[in-house]
Amino acid sequence: MSTDTTGVAAPGTPPTEVAPTQVCASTPMGYGSMRRKEDARFIRGQGRYLDDIALPGMLHGAVLRSPFAHAKIVSIDTSAAEAHPKVKAVITGETLAGLGLAWMPTLSHDVQAVLATDKVRFQGQEVAFVVAEDRYSARDALALIEVDYEPLDAVIDARKALDEGAPVIRDDLDGRTDNHIFDWEAGDSAATDDVFANADVVASCDMLYPRVHPAPMETCGSIASMDPVTGKLTVYTTTQAPHAHRTIYALVAGLPEHKIQVISPDIGGGFGNKVGIYPGYVCAVVGTIVTGAPVKWVEDRSENLMATSFARDYHMHGEIASTKDGKLLGVRVKVLADHGAFNGTAQPSKMPAGLFHVFSGSYDMAAAHCAVTGVYTNKAPGGVAYACSFRITEAVYLIERLVDVLAHDQGWDPAELRMKNLLKPEQFPYTTALGWEYDSGDYPTTLQKALDIAGYAELRREQAAKRERGELMGIGIAFFTEAVGAGPRRTMDILGLGMADGAELRVHPTGKAVLRLSCMSQGQGHVTTFAQIVAEELGISPDDIEVVQGDTDQTPFGLGTYGSRSTPVSGAATAIVARKVRERAKIVAAAMLEVSPDDLEWEKGRFHVAGDPSASAAIADIAMAAHSDLELPEGVEGHLDATCVYNPPNLTYPCGAYICVVDVDKGTGQASVRRFIAVDDCGVRINPMIVEGQVHGGLADGVGMALMQLMAFDSDGNHLGASFMDYLLPTAMECPSWELGETVTPSPHHPIGAKGVGESATVGSPPAVVNAVLDAIGVRHADMPLTPAHVWRAMRGEPIRTDLAIG
Amino acid sequence: MQITVTVNGTAHTREVEPRLLLVHFLRDELRLTGTHWGCDTSNCGVCVVQLDGQPVKSCTVLAVMADGREVRTVEGLARGAELDPIQQGFSDKHGLQCGFCTPGMMMTCRALLDRNPDPSDTEIRVAISGQICRCTGYENIVRSVHAAAEIERAAQEVHQ
Repeated sequence: MSTDTTGVAAPGTPPTEVAPTQVCASTPMGYGSMRRKEDARFIRGQGRYLDDIALPGMLHGAVLRSPFAHAKIVSIDTSAAEAHPKVKAVITGETLAGLGLAWMPTLSHDVQAVLATDKVRFQGQEVAFVVAEDRYSARDALALIEVDYEPLDAVIDARKALDEGAPVIRDDLDGRTDNHIFDWEAGDSAATDDVFANADVVASCDMLYPRVHPAPMETCGSIASMDPVTGKLTVYTTTQAPHAHRTIYALVAGLPEHKIQVISPDIGGGFGNKVGIYPGYVCAVVGTIVTGAPVKWVEDRSENLMATSFARDYHMHGEIASTKDGKLLGVRVKVLADHGAFNGTAQPSKMPAGLFHVFSGSYDMAAAHCAVTGVYTNKAPGGVAYACSFRITEAVYLIERLVDVLAHDQGWDPAELRMKNLLKPEQFPYTTALGWEYDSGDYPTTLQKALDIAGYAELRREQAAKRERGELMGIGIAFFTEAVGAGPRRTMDILGLGMADGAELRVHPTGKAVLRLSCMSQGQGHVTTFAQIVAEELGISPDDIEVVQGDTDQTPFGLGTYGSRSTPVSGAATAIVARKVRERAKIVAAAMLEVSPDDLEWEKGRFHVAGDPSASAAIADIAMAAHSDLELPEGVEGHLDATCVYNPPNLTYPCGAYICVVDVDKGTGQASVRRFIAVDDCGVRINPMIVEGQVHGGLADGVGMALMQLMAFDSDGNHLGASFMDYLLPTAMECPSWELGETVTPSPHHPIGAKGVGESATVGSPPAVVNAVLDAIGVRHADMPLTPAHVWRAMRGEPIRTDLAIG
Repeated sequence: MQITVTVNGTAHTREVEPRLLLVHFLRDELRLTGTHWGCDTSNCGVCVVQLDGQPVKSCTVLAVMADGREVRTVEGLARGAELDPIQQGFSDKHGLQCGFCTPGMMMTCRALLDRNPDPSDTEIRVAISGQICRCTGYENIVRSVHAAAEIERAAQEVHQ
């Protein structure tokens, strides 16, 4: 596979013929690092986010939440709230039970309470919903609801969830006598055990990927409006997957799907937090049905952090085997997965641990095996969110920490150990011990490029000199392989819905086009990037292409934007739909020029007769002719449009090499990221500026997760990270000036060779930061987040459990 | 209580509850929805507006505290079709992605440039240190402010 390290390949060029070219902003077709089309609104304060929408006569909802992690509900008295002069309705679990809506299905074959009926199972769980004339009155009325709780012992430590005598959280499920959800395995257990039995060296490590929360700046919310005459339900909502939401509303509420319109307006960040359907959304729907008026519900920050999808919470025991000279042989892991009170993970339904089983990573391994056990605890449901590519964050963290632990034990250089074991370019396509077929990559070149940018040898010399002086400096490396663009319908579905996405393209008579997408931007710049794909394929300026997304009445069906799947799936659909339009245009052009289509040649934006460039027709002329009285061949319908549903033949496999340099204050344990080098290979880059921006954001996530973002619980199940005062997100002060590089190995099976990049940096960066801090302090392992207090304790050989309150 | 607040040069008189937050006054009473709300605890800064020229977090200011004072919001940055240099800088340097923190960031950075026309990287980072962006990793925000400063310097040279 060829690799270009100087520029990027032109979008639209078939992968087999990729001729790398330097993309520049002035490229006439409008691709490359053009400024984003959507910014004109945002910089003027004219974004239209959920809470910006006000419908005539709209009421406001608020949710009463449980103060306890586990408690029986003895009684609920709503009379005082109902008597509030501005309150229009108070809805409880009992109200919903009467409608058959007290429980709703999750995305993982479980049910979740919409409003609690029998007991509450996590702090912050939804208990009642008030609808009032304004948002302040709705909140006032919450204080008037009297709930009598009988507190129960809570299961907070996942490692004790399966203990005999542990309180049973899900006694709502028939015959349930424990907190066990599932056991799941991948890989060849016997072959892996053989490899380990015969290995010279084995390193093992217990590690926690702690519970974190994506915390987009805009919280979740919804406005539901039922037209009592037509029976049409319109739901404005913060969703990354509007079509999936519509189908689920139809299935849950029994409403006819064609009478439901889901509109996702501008979204203020998603990161996986806005994939699922939350109880507040369902309550807003019930609220509009009950009151006959539109009902808005917007959660506050504490509600967002306490009750909506968290991520990770993987307790892992990993082992890695190698020869005595550092050839990696195998990896195996046992995982205890804390799924909270309801099993609501959002991932391909046949994969209860998501894509975790890519954990053999970027190395040539003979064997690998994982065994994952999922358990219920008295915490909020979730697990798969936060730019994790369906748990590849956990997989990459596991393997990249294990490689460093092995290097630490054996006194090997972590860069050399990685370089020695990385897959070689000639091994692609490469089938891993766990069955994944990696499509393309040049891993050694990628790592070498990062080492060169960092000046690795010089950094090691500086570190040694500083150690002599008693100063702590660390260098951390991580190499990741992502697996995105879910996914092939034969192996991947969500609730039985195949993970395909649609695109519709129509060129209007004057040559301007509209592209309709099933995916939904949350800041990724779809309006620009997808216009650029069409621009490249048809030779229309991106400014002449309107991109429509986020409205189920206006766009084709598809599963939406998460798991870095927009470019791999919808991007492919867009390229193909544009090529279909081009094929139709060719037939029309042939009729216009009175030649056979076979005599036509395509150059950007026009067809011309082979050997006679003067006999040609531009796309705009062809579009007008396609709508005119021009006689077309039998069977050609006219107009200039096409549709496509793209079913990915395989995932795409971006990769990257990350190097982090930290300084640690010996006196306080404060780790500061001084430099961060990121070399990403996401295949062909459509808009390099946007790609780099996405990488920047993901790197900041890595710094936050590794050093700051703490979401622990006390023994009663009180959430200790329920505001931004406690759940610390990285600011400009914690982030260095990122140093980026790139390699480009186009995906051979993607129409434009693109692989997706949205989550690469969030997946790859946490282990680089952790490896750097532990390298600085000379400690084999300590769990994230490496806060100053934790680093200080780790330096003294007393690392802590970061998922529990320090006792 | 009756208050009169001048917002982007226009005086608005309204009867408000004493507890009404300035952010809700702007968004719900005046329908200026460019100013966002994000956290309740003064940590995120998506609600930053200028109050008598100083950046403040409007989720932590009561509307009544703005009585008789001047508020400037993101809607007051551009002069008609002409963007403020800070808006141009954010657009040129890809200083925004989802756009939710952007109005607050721009109001803070506008105030920074008003008092310091040539800030260093560190001065920019300190200025926005009370605000959170989840998308950009801050690097392009820093570049955007530098770009805005350059635009203003160039304009000043032409003017001179």
